[in-house]
Amino acid sequence: MKFAVVVFPASNCDRDMYHAVKDVLQEEADLVWYQNSNLENYDGILLPGGFSYGDYLRPGAVASTSDIMQQIKTHAEKGKPVLGVCNGFQVLTEARLLPGALLRNKNLAFMCHQEPLVVANAATKFTSGYEQGEIVRFPIAHGEGNYYCDDETLEELKANQQIVFTYQNNPNGSAGDIAGIINKEGNVLGMMPHPERAMEALIGSDDGLRLFRSMVENWRETYAANA
Amino acid sequence: MKKVNVYITWKQGVLDPQGKAIQESLHSLGYQEILGARVGKYIELEVEEGPDIEGRVKEMCERLLANPVIEDYEIATSEEVRL
Repeated sequence: MKFAVVVFPASNCDRDMYHAVKDVLQEEADLVWYQNSNLENYDGILLPGGFSYGDYLRPGAVASTSDIMQQIKTHAEKGKPVLGVCNGFQVLTEARLLPGALLRNKNLAFMCHQEPLVVANAATKFTSGYEQGEIVRFPIAHGEGNYYCDDETLEELKANQQIVFTYQNNPNGSAGDIAGIINKEGNVLGMMPHPERAMEALIGSDDGLRLFRSMVENWRETYAANA
Repeated sequence: MKKVNVYITWKQGVLDPQGKAIQESLHSLGYQEILGARVGKYIELEVEEGPDIEGRVKEMCERLLANPVIEDYEIATSEEVRL
C-alpha cells in the first residue's frame, strides 16, 4: 500500500508519520509537498500534525483552501482512506470533510502527554484491529483539540457510529469526550491524539501500530485483485 | 478602493476559554462588574471597487474568514478611501 504524507508549510509531524509507515509498518510512503503534487497514484493519504501556516486565522483554515485539498476531496470521494491527525484533523474539519470544529483547550493549556482512549467503534477500516471498548494509549500534543459541534450534529455522530475514539478522562473539554471521528462513508478519519507516535513500545506505546495495520489490511482485502 | 471591516465573534453557546481567563483577570484587578468577556477578531480588507462588494465579502466570510460552525460575522463597509 502506498501512502502520501502531505506536507504543508509548518507541518511538523510529517517525519513521524513517514517513519511510522516506512520503517515500522514497512509500507511505501512519500513526503508530498502541498504544491505541484499529484496524489492520483497513492492509495492512502495522511495529513500530519503541526501548525500549518502558523495556525493563522484558525488552525487548519489556510491549509484547507490549498489546491491539494481538491485532490484530497477527490481521493476521499473514491472511497480511499484519508487519515488526519492533530493539525490534520483540524484541516479536515476546516475543509468540511468532517463535521464540527476544534476549539482552544478548555484549560487554555497546550497539553503534551500520553492519554488513555476508548475505542468507541472497532468496526471501521482504521480500527478493525482493536477490540470494541478497548483502552489504548496515544500521545496528545495540542492547544486546540477541544472538539465542538452543535447538539444535533453530536446526536447524528452517535446515531451513525461516527465517533471512533473517545477520551477516558476528557483532557480538553471535547463534546461527547470525542478524540476522533469518521465520515459517514467510513473512509475519512480525523483524530487529535497521535497514533503515529505510538508505534514502538520502547518509546512508550505501540497501540498505534494496529491502526495503521488495520488500514493496510482493509485496503488489501478491498483491492486484493490488484495487490 | 473601499475599506471593508469584518467582525468575527463566537456563536452563542460556543465556550471561549480565553474570554473566561480575561474575565477572571479583570476580577483579580478589582473589576467585579465584569459579567462576561468574549474575544473575537477584526479584519480590515482593502477592496478594489466593483459590483457587489458586500456579497463577495459575505462569500469570503463563509468560505474562509469565519468558520460558520463556531463563528458569526458582521460586515461593515466604510466610505470610499483614497490611498
